[in-house]
Amino acid sequence: MSTAAAPVGPAEAVAAPAPEERKRGWTGYLLLAPAMLWLLVFFIIPMVSLVSTSLYDPSGSLETGYSMTGHIANYVDTLSEYSKQFIRSIIYAGIATLACLLLGYPLAYAIAFKAGRWKNLMLVAVIAPFFTSFLIRTLSWQLILGDQAWVADILRGIGLLGEEGHLMATPLAVVTGITYNFLPFMVLPLYASLEKIDPRLHEAGADLYASPFTTFRKVTVPLSMPGVVAGTLLTFIPAAGDYINAQLLGNPQTTMIGNVIQNLFDGGSYPEAAALSVTLMAAIVVMVLVYINRAGTEELV
Amino acid sequence: MTRRRIHPNGDSAADRLALQIAQTFGAGTGRALSRRTVLRGAGVSALALSSTGWLTACGTEGTVQTKDECKSTDKSDTEKTLNWSNWPLYIDEKGKKYPTLEDFQKQTGIKVTYTTDVNDNNEFFAKVRNQLGACDSTGRDIFVLTDWMAARVISLGWTQELDHANMPNVDANLVESLSNPAWDEGRKHSVPWQSGLTGIAYNAKYTGEVTSFEELLTRPDLKGKISLLSEMGDTMGFMLKLTGADPAKFSEDEWQAALDKMQQVVDSGQVRQFTGNDYTRPLNKGDIVACEAWSGDVIAMQYDNPDIKFVLPEEGTSLWSDNMMVPNKSEHKTNAEKLMNYYYDPEVAARLAAWVNYICPVQGAEEAMASIDESLVGNPLIFPTSEDLATTFAFANVDTKTREEYDKAFNAIIGA
Repeated sequence: MSTAAAPVGPAEAVAAPAPEERKRGWTGYLLLAPAMLWLLVFFIIPMVSLVSTSLYDPSGSLETGYSMTGHIANYVDTLSEYSKQFIRSIIYAGIATLACLLLGYPLAYAIAFKAGRWKNLMLVAVIAPFFTSFLIRTLSWQLILGDQAWVADILRGIGLLGEEGHLMATPLAVVTGITYNFLPFMVLPLYASLEKIDPRLHEAGADLYASPFTTFRKVTVPLSMPGVVAGTLLTFIPAAGDYINAQLLGNPQTTMIGNVIQNLFDGGSYPEAAALSVTLMAAIVVMVLVYINRAGTEELV
Repeated sequence: MTRRRIHPNGDSAADRLALQIAQTFGAGTGRALSRRTVLRGAGVSALALSSTGWLTACGTEGTVQTKDECKSTDKSDTEKTLNWSNWPLYIDEKGKKYPTLEDFQKQTGIKVTYTTDVNDNNEFFAKVRNQLGACDSTGRDIFVLTDWMAARVISLGWTQELDHANMPNVDANLVESLSNPAWDEGRKHSVPWQSGLTGIAYNAKYTGEVTSFEELLTRPDLKGKISLLSEMGDTMGFMLKLTGADPAKFSEDEWQAALDKMQQVVDSGQVRQFTGNDYTRPLNKGDIVACEAWSGDVIAMQYDNPDIKFVLPEEGTSLWSDNMMVPNKSEHKTNAEKLMNYYYDPEVAARLAAWVNYICPVQGAEEAMASIDESLVGNPLIFPTSEDLATTFAFANVDTKTREEYDKAFNAIIGA
């Protein structure tokens, strides 16, 4: 470059930047275009379509068409009618997220610091369930928790479960299913942030006469907070909208908001279903914002 | 620029994306596309999509089609192909082959692509409603839907009128009781594939006989161990029966009473689950000991597990059919009619019934069955007599809007 540009005079050098700058500006937009197109096709259009569907007059039908009347009442109606399922979804997702954190933290910790040469194998074991379908994995919980299966038999034997008690089709089964299905989403971000911690910090803690627990509390936990925040979000958000677990492992009293939305769509009540979807999305966004604010973590992801 | 064939599953994420967009734009999967055409298509389709995106902001048009507006051409003379969408396990299978269908292909030279992509009436409807509502091809020449959904699709004008001159067997052999339903007089748009009964199934290994719906819903030893069908017409039909109403014709008050009854049953904790076809596994294992069930499923289960029993409840039983229809813009209507005609040959119908075990809508199949499987002759669940069918009922045929209201009320209860 520099050799080719050697004979350029000072006058030319001053004139040159203008067209080049303009050119660079265009390139920037051109490079942005695929991303913008992607956003337009897969985010903006579906969003506009969803929000506007939620404002249709619900007295329409597929035959007659729906008219756009800005029917805000859809939101009020669905929220009051299905508030029970809404709250239930949040509670189930919350419990499952907590369970994931309690199960996932020791696991991620073990993989990051204690696994040694087994590290890669353990990571693969965490990811391996993804090699089979979500549906198959949930269905297999039906077998594990079945009334005639050994788990229920043993629990009955030691008196933890009544003579007529069962595990399947209970809230416990639904939360267990959600916890299992979303555990990897918790473990992986936790592992990523734990793995970044310099082990010498632990040694330093010991050198300064901190007990292992104090080191864990004062050093490891604060440094792993980005992982905790990312993991809880990645678990909670899809869990709150999940409907497969409630469908396959639950009973009529454990219906979650995802099931309601699916049933409404199936039954042809599109405006109501859309309104409920938007409400769920908005509720999650608000909860996430509050949570991130409280957790005070800037470097998410 | 080299022309390259894009595999349906794509070889890179970018290709998949481009392909998806190209498909939305209407380019076929099999066609060879250069990257430039794909990109150009992507640009145009993004524009097209965005305009529909903004358009939906102003509401949607009605989707009823009429014969004059939505014309279909028939290329059956030149194209010997047929795409058929049906429910899973609904045709005779031998390994990966379908013997009766193979014979049809040999006889006629028509190549049939058989797909089992109908799992649920509502779900299938959602899958095809955009194309059919806009008078576009769905790529299917025959699909099979249950009475009430067939009625809905036909009333939307989404199916082609059938030419009965091509189907002499259907006219000659279709059982009397199915030949003239209120929603498709004279079977102009549909031909029954199989019929079935909704009744009660129980696992004799875990419980005694269950004879009536009343018993199913109240017996204390069944608490938390029964399932009902999430098919609204089936389950609410029984609720209407239990509250003394006629499922075929009921008033608003009677409907409300039946809903209250349903609510009461759900609140009592008697019902563990509301299911589609998926009640068979829990029933087999004993998680569910008794349930509302479809006749053909139960007979099929009995081959592996003789403890499974099917009962026609004392309250009566619900009779339904699944119907073959030719959607608008299908280009192989004559081929489709040939297929319908073929399956109304009593011999073929008997071979089919011996495998699927649902009620055979073809007269003369029972006689033909004698040479295939003697044990099935006289089986009331495959060849019911008119006495057997005396206590059957069907759910009222209502317009889409009312149906939607019913579905919503029912779903609100079964979803607690």
